[in-house]
Amino acid sequence: MTQWCPGCGNFAILKVMQEVLAELQAEGTLLENIVLVSGIGQHAKIVDYLKVNSFYSLHGRAVAAAEGIKLANPKLKVIVFVGDGDSYGEGLEHLIFAAKRNIDLTVVVHDNRVYALTTGQYTPTSPLGYKGRSTPTGTHEHPLNPLELLLAAGATYLARGYNARTEQLKGLIKEAILHPGFALIDLLQVCVTFYNQYDHYNQRVYELTGHNPADYNEALSKIKEWDYNSDAKIALGKFYQVERSTFDSFFSGGDTVDRGQLIKTLLERMV
Amino acid sequence: MESLSILIGGRAGDGIDQASLLIGKLLNQLGFRIYIYRDYPSLIRGGHTFSIVRAAREKLGAHRQTVDFICALNQDCLDNHRDKIHGRTVVLYDSDVVKGTGLALPLTSMVKAAGGPEIVRNTAMLGGLAKALGLPWEKFEKVARENLKKETEINIQLARKGYNAAETFYKIEEQKKPVLPLVTGNEALALGLASAGLDAYISYPMTPSSTILHFLAQRAEALNMKVIHPESELAVIMMALGFAYAGQKTAVGTSGGGFCLMTEGLSFAGMAELPMVIVLGQRPGPSTGLPTYSSQTELMFALWAGQGEFTRLIVAPGDAEEAYYWGGVALRLAWKYQLPAIILTDKNIAEGTYSFDLKNIKRFPEEQSLFWDGSGEYKRYLATASGISPLAFPGEAGATIKVNSYEHEEDGVTTEDQRITRKMQEKRLRKGVALLKEIDELEAVKVYGKQAARTAVVCWGSTKHLCLEAAEKLEVRVVMPLVLSPLPLTQLKKALQGVAQIIAVEDNATAQLAQLLKGAGIKVDAVILTYDGRPETVEQLEERIARGMK
Repeated sequence: MTQWCPGCGNFAILKVMQEVLAELQAEGTLLENIVLVSGIGQHAKIVDYLKVNSFYSLHGRAVAAAEGIKLANPKLKVIVFVGDGDSYGEGLEHLIFAAKRNIDLTVVVHDNRVYALTTGQYTPTSPLGYKGRSTPTGTHEHPLNPLELLLAAGATYLARGYNARTEQLKGLIKEAILHPGFALIDLLQVCVTFYNQYDHYNQRVYELTGHNPADYNEALSKIKEWDYNSDAKIALGKFYQVERSTFDSFFSGGDTVDRGQLIKTLLERMV
Repeated sequence: MESLSILIGGRAGDGIDQASLLIGKLLNQLGFRIYIYRDYPSLIRGGHTFSIVRAAREKLGAHRQTVDFICALNQDCLDNHRDKIHGRTVVLYDSDVVKGTGLALPLTSMVKAAGGPEIVRNTAMLGGLAKALGLPWEKFEKVARENLKKETEINIQLARKGYNAAETFYKIEEQKKPVLPLVTGNEALALGLASAGLDAYISYPMTPSSTILHFLAQRAEALNMKVIHPESELAVIMMALGFAYAGQKTAVGTSGGGFCLMTEGLSFAGMAELPMVIVLGQRPGPSTGLPTYSSQTELMFALWAGQGEFTRLIVAPGDAEEAYYWGGVALRLAWKYQLPAIILTDKNIAEGTYSFDLKNIKRFPEEQSLFWDGSGEYKRYLATASGISPLAFPGEAGATIKVNSYEHEEDGVTTEDQRITRKMQEKRLRKGVALLKEIDELEAVKVYGKQAARTAVVCWGSTKHLCLEAAEKLEVRVVMPLVLSPLPLTQLKKALQGVAQIIAVEDNATAQLAQLLKGAGIKVDAVILTYDGRPETVEQLEERIARGMK
């Protein structure tokens, strides 16, 4: 039984993930080698609704746990679902460092720009002046542009999706999973109860075309077009993709050793 | 206990640490058992830092009121340690910078004349010490060459000058005993964990646990171990949980401040039943406290850290050999029972150097994790009679492995159902009952000193050797629990049989072990507490115990 409000953007994301997993499986990926990791928030319930290995983590800490899983067993494909409050707020340090390391993870941020599980407070991507239960007269701080931040941090795949554009979203998530390195999709996921942005988004979103995702400056310029605050056009699609050595590839493990003998030798040298 | 004590001190940056280890190694080569205490302020250059090297026929791990030699590289060393001088103490000092009486060695001008870097003063001092101890030059040169791998020639040249400038005060006798490795508590702990099958060590630097990270990082390739230093302790514990989920045996290391940050992950380990080992190196607090000094103030914190109620294993070794053994036991039992294990150490154990004998160490409990047999639907939290659920790891065909920070059903899916909540909470706590049974088969409480004595000193961790040495003269019993959670009460009561008076000796201000014992129905009659960051001397403790004895 799924427990989201009627009309929640998470339903579409769940359906997209079911399709992505089925496609990956059909193309030869073994389902047992996939691990889903989530934070805490409405987004996180997605791992309960998919019959795949999962690690239902803590608020803000999903990315760090996912890094551990990947480093322990680099052959696993690790897909992380997090919220905007969760990963851009409480867990921001982990996100930035995972990007800096270019560890091979896929991070899907359910960015509804509101705390939904805790009933409507502002988040790091809420616009200036957002009125929530903790900011009844409106926020006095500007939102973060998470893609700009993650680009600077060293992410090697960055895209924006929208839960009302499921075909495109499916392509982006799959591409991010297949990308060897740190991939993040900022996913505009609408919270119908606390911050219904469907009309706003539908009037402004457009698909990125003729864009060169290998060019850092071009990616930066497109990423800055909408700063999550101004009334600008909102690009959907892949902003940036390059290949760089991944952190996990340094930890693929060597041959087993006779620890007992090695410890004896080490101790002999300590006289 | 008959022993020889040498204090060497100078400013931070004078190479005191290295020099004291070299003294230890020199005496070690003569067949003595060694203990080195290190005392240094939290700064990189300047201040006053010193070490006391103690050598004896039998193993030890404490120091006494007086020393036989003082090697002073700065004035503070002499001024601060005048109370450690007895009638025959020999004072060696750099007469270019220190005003004193004793054996004057113009080390600064010697080093300057030879064109050596200032730090070589320490080796020149050691040359002088070797002569004062009555050691032949060749003996010293051999050990120095083996240990001074950088700028060896200038070091040897100046040590020789120091040697020639000194006189002999002592005739040290070689012991007819095998030479043992000299190992710090942290090194021993790292080796014990490695020996028990550790796959990964993850840590954010924090005194006094950082040297485990350094030691293992340097040997990661040889040991085929993953050693990682992430962005924070929050990341450390979450990464470790990820490693455990993926089937790799993982330990993390920190001190109280880092452990504060780890408590949310610790609680998660309790709920998700993910095994891990946390090394908690205690130092004085609250907050940053005294970062480079020692205390035993985190017992209550370790016992109760994290929200909710869950079983944890807490062990507290008292020296390097115990750190090796109990490190291995903690890892094995954490995996068998799928729970977090905390190893409480302190700065004195972590950074103290001990003679270490692998032959003294018992075998760890066998690896006995319960694995899924591949039949039927896999349930990560199958509620068994022992509470232990069969393990499977991602990558295993036919198993869907779900772990969850929320309350969950047997298959790992979130639930808020009352009946299941009760059932899973009981399952998790059942593991503690089984764990205690297994601990009762280990030597979880040690008894030393005079077994028939009516007075018992109870202690834990690094105060072990201090109490043992004090107990020799006072003829009291010493009872030392090595496991603090779950508390081995049956063994404790047996160890305390016939005792009329219990005195707790602890490095804290609130008698945390005494509180724990009181909660378990064992009344402690008197407490001897130290909370200035420094270990007591044997004589100080002897006096305090004697005063407290009925």
